[in-house]
Amino acid sequence: MENIRRVISVIVMNESSVLARVTALFAGRGYNIDSLTVAPIPQSNFSHITIVTKGDKRIIEQITKQLNKLVPVFKVMEHEEMIEKEMVMVKFSVKERLSDIAALCGAYNGGIVNVGPDIVIAMAADEPKRIEHFLEATQIFNPIEIVRGGVVAIER
Amino acid sequence: MKMNGSQMVCEAITREGVKVVFGYPGGAIMNVYDEIYKQDGFKHILNRHEQASVHAADGYARATGEVGVAMVTSGPGFTNAVTGLATAYMDSIPLVVISGQVPLSLIGTDGFQEIDAVGISRPCTKHNYLVRDINDLPRILKEAFYLARSGRPGPVLVDIPKDVTAEFGEFDYPDSVDMPTYKPSCKGNDRQIKKAAEAIINAKKPLIYIGGGTVLSNASELVRELAQMTQIPAVETLMARGVMGAGNPLLLGMLGMHGNYASNMAMSETDLIISLGARFDDRVTGKLSEFARYAQIIHVDIDPANIGKLVDVDYPIVGDIKIVVEKLIEQLQERVNPKNYESWRDVLKRYNTLHPQSFKDSDEVLKPQWVIERIGKLVGKEAIITSDVGQHQMWAAQHYPFDRARQWINSGGLGTMGFGFPAALGAKVGCPEKVVINITGDGSILMNMQELVTAAEYEIPVINVILNNHYLGMVRQWQTFFYDKRYSETDLSYQPNFKALAEACGGIGYDVTTKEEFDRVLLEAIERKKVCFINVAIDRLENVLPMVPAGGALYNMMLEHKD
Repeated sequence: MENIRRVISVIVMNESSVLARVTALFAGRGYNIDSLTVAPIPQSNFSHITIVTKGDKRIIEQITKQLNKLVPVFKVMEHEEMIEKEMVMVKFSVKERLSDIAALCGAYNGGIVNVGPDIVIAMAADEPKRIEHFLEATQIFNPIEIVRGGVVAIER
Repeated sequence: MKMNGSQMVCEAITREGVKVVFGYPGGAIMNVYDEIYKQDGFKHILNRHEQASVHAADGYARATGEVGVAMVTSGPGFTNAVTGLATAYMDSIPLVVISGQVPLSLIGTDGFQEIDAVGISRPCTKHNYLVRDINDLPRILKEAFYLARSGRPGPVLVDIPKDVTAEFGEFDYPDSVDMPTYKPSCKGNDRQIKKAAEAIINAKKPLIYIGGGTVLSNASELVRELAQMTQIPAVETLMARGVMGAGNPLLLGMLGMHGNYASNMAMSETDLIISLGARFDDRVTGKLSEFARYAQIIHVDIDPANIGKLVDVDYPIVGDIKIVVEKLIEQLQERVNPKNYESWRDVLKRYNTLHPQSFKDSDEVLKPQWVIERIGKLVGKEAIITSDVGQHQMWAAQHYPFDRARQWINSGGLGTMGFGFPAALGAKVGCPEKVVINITGDGSILMNMQELVTAAEYEIPVINVILNNHYLGMVRQWQTFFYDKRYSETDLSYQPNFKALAEACGGIGYDVTTKEEFDRVLLEAIERKKVCFINVAIDRLENVLPMVPAGGALYNMMLEHKD
């Protein structure tokens, strides 16, 4: 069976060690995690975990079923129709062409967010694929450090 | 009512109807043991190793169907209990294990006897808790018992820091649980059940494939009824022995690696598998791509994750076996024609005549299969049989005439050597009117032999029949078949004096080398009502057959082995 990429949203009770339960399940059963983000859902006792994973159909089905079995898991959502965004921050030397960097970030829903005496920090927020393109494009400006935020997703 | 944490633990155990707790005290759990000393709601049995405590609670749960409870201290007390938790987890046995933990202020400091119990036990419990606040304790205890016994059962660990066991709080024990994230579905989808019934009616070669879930669901009567009404033949997994009852003409036997010929051929030729609480384990299926190639599959399981995990399923039904089989029977009533399966039954009968489950007896040396059949003849329906893991376990599963569910107790999933003796203690405590016999090997029995002391002290008359071939027999068998007889570290010629060992601990010991001796000794052992070792010298090189080599196709059985 062919490997597919899937974004899985998991709504969990906001309690200690729940993230460990989720990641331990992936590690223990040999599933991949390409990216994982987690944040509390406002005005509730729940948190939203977004996991990007790869596997064949049977594995993806097992992942959702095994996640559902975890006691603090309230809901697991897995389908193709998700709106995905990812954020990235990149550090450049202040000697690079700042207006070109600003224009590039602008094309990816971002901009320059901090300028110091030696370095400048830029950000972008877009679909994961486009973030890849953005990072490729930044190469000519000799990025010093790149930090990706991981994918967040919401059902359409 | 105001109580301290330790009183809460004792009170919750009593209110859950638990009559006996197996455990071992230590520093972090001492406050609870102090309350145990003062209370009389339940009895405590002091095993001589924490692993045995959990296995004993497990055996108690398997024999009675109730939740078993074990109690251990922090650190090594807990880590010793892990094998017990994992054993229960793999076989879906309802347990609540209470462990002590270092005080909250010391957690994370590498304190004396500190270990991350919830971290370690996460993959081998259904759920676990670290109690951080006395106000959560009553709710957590209630949830622990509920989780252990509901849905797909399993062990639950409650790890309680020492200061929490001393702290006072309001004990408001809830009558029911409110867990928005935990809702097992038991009823089974009616439309799917209807479709499954249609498939059964239209099938030509259907086969009922019975797993341990049928035992857990207490559904064996209904499954027998289903088979009886439809006249569909059935196979049992290792965990389901006894469900159909020995001598039932519809029962082909056990299937899988050491299943009999007819069962494995039935699985290979069936056109419709009716899987009831089985999970298509690799020891059952053999090579997956060759498994049941002509079959559609009805898979009934309370755990949706079991469905479609290894094989594609045509009729998935998530639900409790008891409820679903009841509905299936309703659907099939007066619509299914048992005659339709007559030629299929005939084929299987011929397979059974061709290669019945058998062995070659001997006059010179005791054969393990003879010993097991003999136990069956002498105590049969009355006994509860536990086992350890290895050749003796397979011979017992193959040759003992199991007559009812919960009569056969063994570690099927994890395959834990050392399980049988403590599990037998638990079973005997749970069912004192039954004769309880642990069929074991000379390797396995040493892995929890300290329980001789427990059994002697509490006068729990468990009979251990040691099928002694002076080998780690199952590994030796694989070495014979697949490793050119390089018997690496499997020769157990150097042995304790089992008879003297049992006697040194306050039990009785017997050495047996002949059939006559065995009969006499077993009957005497039952009569004397004392823990005992019956050390039976058996044929050293006897193999478990038939055998499907690991990874081989189910229909390619090794029926005999010639040197």
